[in-house]
Amino acid sequence: MRAFLPDYAIQAPGTLDEALRMLAAEPGAWTPIAGGTDLMVLFNAGRLPGRRLLDLSRIYELRGIEDDPSRLSLGSLITYTELLEQRAVHQFFPNLVKSARATGALAIQNRGTLGGNIVNASPAADTPPSLLAYGAEVQLVSARGSRWVAYDAFHQGYKKMDLAPDELVARIRLPKPQGLGFHFYRKVGTRQAQAISKVCLAAYARIQDRVVTELRVGLGSVAPVPLRARRAEAAVVGRALDALPIEEARRAVLEDISPIDDIRASAHYRQVVTGNVLAQMLKELGAARTA
Amino acid sequence: MPETITLTLQVNGARRTVDTHPMARLLDVLRDGLRLTGTKEGCGEGECGACSVLLNGRVVNSCLVPALQAQDGVVVTVEGLAEGEALSPIQDAFLVHNAAQCGFCTPGMLIAADDLLRRCPNPDKEQVQAGLAGNLCRCTGYSKIVDAVRSVARQGEVR
Ligand SMILES: Cc1cc2nc3c(=O)[nH]c(=O)nc-3n(C[C@H](O)[C@H](O)[C@H](O)COP(=O)(O)OP(=O)(O)OC[C@H]3O[C@@H](n4cnc5c(N)ncnc54)[C@H](O)[C@@H]3O)c2cc1C
Ligand code: FES
Ligand code: FES
Repeated sequence: MRAFLPDYAIQAPGTLDEALRMLAAEPGAWTPIAGGTDLMVLFNAGRLPGRRLLDLSRIYELRGIEDDPSRLSLGSLITYTELLEQRAVHQFFPNLVKSARATGALAIQNRGTLGGNIVNASPAADTPPSLLAYGAEVQLVSARGSRWVAYDAFHQGYKKMDLAPDELVARIRLPKPQGLGFHFYRKVGTRQAQAISKVCLAAYARIQDRVVTELRVGLGSVAPVPLRARRAEAAVVGRALDALPIEEARRAVLEDISPIDDIRASAHYRQVVTGNVLAQMLKELGAARTA
Repeated sequence: MPETITLTLQVNGARRTVDTHPMARLLDVLRDGLRLTGTKEGCGEGECGACSVLLNGRVVNSCLVPALQAQDGVVVTVEGLAEGEALSPIQDAFLVHNAAQCGFCTPGMLIAADDLLRRCPNPDKEQVQAGLAGNLCRCTGYSKIVDAVRSVARQGEVR
C-alpha cells in the first residue's frame, strides 16, 4: 500500500554542520536520504520505517573529488554516472568502473550514490566487492568529530554497520595501486541489465618479480555482508604466478563464505559459482603479462 | 513544519510553481499538480522507466524523486519534446517505424532515446540497447524501437 504523505516529513539542510546538529539533537529520529533509489522504493510501497527524512543532496561538503598522487577521495554523494565520468577512476580503479556499469540502468546510475550503496548494506550490492578489493576507507562524521574506518571492518552483520545514528558517511578514500597490478571484476546475475547479483567477485593483486605480493578479494551475495575472502587470499599471497594454488584457494574460499538459499539462487549454486569465478580470476592472474 | 511547500520548477522551458507535500513523488507533482499526464506510472519502483523524465539534464525515474529534491530543478517531460505542432525527430521516427503499440512505455522511451541521442549521436545497436535498458516494453519486442532510434542517428549523419 502507498505511503500516507502526511505521516512523513523531509528537511534539506544546506550545510554539513546544520545536518550534523539535527542528527545530534535527535539521534535515530532521522533517516538520511541521498539519491533515494533504495529508500523511495520502500517509501512507495509504504514500507519505509523512518518517518522523518534528512535530505543530504544539498550538502556540498559531501560532494567533490580529491585526486592526490597516492589516493583518491570521493564525496559520498558521488553518483554512478559521476564515477564513470572520472578519469582517475578509470585509470586506477577499473573494477569500480565495472561495478558502476553493472548497477541498475542509466536512470538509477544517474541518481544512486556510492554512500547510499554502502549504507544500504545489501549483501548483493555491486560496489562493495570493488571497494574491498581496493582497501577502501570510509570517513564517518558527526557533531562529535570525524573518524576513518577501514571498509573491510565497516559491515558487522546483516545491515549492521560501524555507524552511529548521529553519523553520516562523508567520504570514501581509496589508495592508488602502486607498481604492477592485476584487476578483476565479475558479477554473475540472471541477465546483464538491472539484475541483482547471485555472486559478485572483485580482486586486486600486486605482482613483483612474478610473485603475488598482495591480494584482496571482495565478495558479494555469498554472506550476510559483503566480505573479503581472507583464507583464499592467504592461500595465494607469496606464490609465483606460474604456480598459483587454484584448488587450494577454491577449498579455502568455501570457508570464507556462508551463502544462503533465496529466490535468486541456492546456497549450493553460490558455493560452486564462487569457486569457479575465483578459479577463473586466478587463471587470468597466472597469465597476467608482467613485462 | 508546514505540510506543503511551494515547489518552483522549470518545466519544458516554462517556470512553474506548485504547492505540494515535500515527499510527494515528482511523478505525481507532474501528473496531478501540473496536469502533465504524458509521464506514466508503471511499477512505482524504478524498474520500468515509464516515468522517465529529465531532471537537471539527466534521465531519472520520477517515481523515485521526492518533490523537495527537485526544488529549483529543470525538468523535461515528453510534452516538451515537440516544438508546437512539429514532432521532434525521435517522435517522428517512432511513428514511421510503428515503435508504439499500446503506447504506455512510449513517453519514457522517447525521453530515454532523446537523451541517448544527445549524449551519443550515432549509437550502434548495443549502445541503443544499453541506453534503453531501464525502459521496459511489454508489446513491441523492442526491435522497432531500436530501429526508430537508429534511424534518427542515421538522419543526423546525412544532415
Ligand atoms: C531498479 C533498481 C535497480 C537497482 N540495481 C542495483 C544494482 O544493480 N546494484 C546495486 O548495488 N544496487 C542496485 N540498486 C539499489 C540502489 O540503486 C543502490 O544501492 C544505490 O547506490 C543507493 O544509493 P542512493 O543514494 O539512491 O541511496 P538512498 O536510497 O538515498 O539511501 C540508501 C540508504 O543509505 C543511507 N544513506 C545514504 N547516504 C548516506 C550517507 N552519506 N551517510 C549515511 N547514510 C546514508 C540512507 O539512510 C538509506 O538507509 C537498484 C535500485 C533500483 C530501484
Ligand atoms: S514507474 Fe517509475 S520506474 Fe516504473
Ligand atoms: S508499446 Fe506497450 S509497453 Fe511498449
